[in-house]
Amino acid sequence: MEYLSIVFQEIYKILFLLVPVLVSVAMIVWLDRRVWAFVQKRQGPNVVGPFGLLQSLADALKYIFKEMIIPSSSNKVIFILAPIVTMTLALIAWAVIPFSATQVLADINVGILYLFAVSSLGVYGIIMGGWASNSKYPFLGAIRSAAQMVSYEVSIGVIIINVLLCVGSLNLNDIVVAQQNLWFVIPLFPMFVIFFISALAETNRPPFDLPEAEAELVAGYQTEYSGMMYAMFWLGEYANILLMCAMGAILFLGGWLSPIEIYPFTLVPGALWLILKILFLFFLFALVKAIVPRYRYDQLMRLGWKVFLPFSLIWVVLTASFLFYFNLLPIN
Amino acid sequence: MIAHSIFFYTFSLIAIISAIMVTASKNTVHSVFFLILDFISISCLFIMIGAEFLGMIMLIVYVGAVAVLFLFVVMMLNVAQQKNQWFASKNSSKHIPIGLIISTLIFVEIIIVIGGWKYKPEIFDINNSLSQSNVSNTHSLGQILYTDYIHVFQISGMILLVAMIGAIVLTFRQRAGVKRQSYIKQISRERVDGVEVLKVETNKGVRIDD
Repeated sequence: MEYLSIVFQEIYKILFLLVPVLVSVAMIVWLDRRVWAFVQKRQGPNVVGPFGLLQSLADALKYIFKEMIIPSSSNKVIFILAPIVTMTLALIAWAVIPFSATQVLADINVGILYLFAVSSLGVYGIIMGGWASNSKYPFLGAIRSAAQMVSYEVSIGVIIINVLLCVGSLNLNDIVVAQQNLWFVIPLFPMFVIFFISALAETNRPPFDLPEAEAELVAGYQTEYSGMMYAMFWLGEYANILLMCAMGAILFLGGWLSPIEIYPFTLVPGALWLILKILFLFFLFALVKAIVPRYRYDQLMRLGWKVFLPFSLIWVVLTASFLFYFNLLPIN
Repeated sequence: MIAHSIFFYTFSLIAIISAIMVTASKNTVHSVFFLILDFISISCLFIMIGAEFLGMIMLIVYVGAVAVLFLFVVMMLNVAQQKNQWFASKNSSKHIPIGLIISTLIFVEIIIVIGGWKYKPEIFDINNSLSQSNVSNTHSLGQILYTDYIHVFQISGMILLVAMIGAIVLTFRQRAGVKRQSYIKQISRERVDGVEVLKVETNKGVRIDD
């Protein structure tokens, strides 16, 4: 009986985390389209519900009732598995995100490594989908995406090392607490910029959306998908984007810490600050989508390997020497 | 503890079955996916015995990077030709003895390591002393790697560097007659280099190339 009650408690906690995440994924799709439209002097979705807020729900309903077409020459098992993998990986990463000092589903010692590992597994959903479709465009899209994600992961890893040098722990809550006096965005500002751009590339967002560049590859790896499977790819993609925003907020913008530790700000719960920071980063994502033209593929690779990687490596050496020279290394 | 051992044996079972399926499955891409499943369940086992850092590094390095490259190579093969005919041909019997020798060697090595563990437990005391104190996994690993084993660590890093440089040198070829896009040239192009406004006289025309 005791086991059962623990299990139910955990399920309750998981639902309490996942349902808001899924709802907010639907909402940020709407936000993304609205921002994109306003930059281009359009209205965007504004018909369904107040301000068009229910647009994503209407879209989801449409996708649920559409027919799922599985191409006859595809590899059926992997074809169906691919959107499931994308969606699952995008959701399980939220287990370690701390919403306040105590509100975290799994407060593990290697939280940041877990986040990094899960986001690096995200490439499998895309490769599986692209290969199993047994069609040219999805395959080309999948290959592009795999090369792109592996390249930008390297620089994200090095950026994380920079932050970890200043923190001295892999626990996400420790990372947040270490920013109590100074958010890392100030001393590590160049790293924040590189992290932001790498996050754009890692989540296949414009201007790095070459895996699904509609002008050349139809819809990239999701060309053959339809109905709910397509919607799952789409949800997984946006959940991943939110996750990268959360990662940026925790690593550089002080996670659940309030900007100033004075009276009216301390009343606001930490979870709200984290959500505001995630939304701010997502707003930047949406703006970039609206105003920046798409990169050429060779330039994308050059940027990742020849600019970001050396620069962030040099910054690791700089950070380490600075901390060592001024005796600021966190030793516990 | 019961739940713990149930999970442990489930993961071990998955690891063993998927390891068998890597060699047994006909489709090469399926083999790679089973290999990935194997890596993931091994890293779950690492986490279950308390080596969380190793488990996560396993996920990041092997599943996140190495297996992606495997998939890359395997997927370049034609999907229709992936019915693995290699095993059916007569040539394959040549390779069986070599495989047997290598696997026996690996098995003997594992037996030796486990035997040492069993009969000379004091050799492994250094691990025990660290796992008992309440420092985290990552800290204790770092404390050993960067103090007692710093030279081994550095040498392995040098070996990896040599391997990397070797791979680059072996594959790097300077081919003549290949057109490359130079981004500096492209960015530094000005309007005067590309566009020229001319006064064209009627019935005369202009020479474009000169």
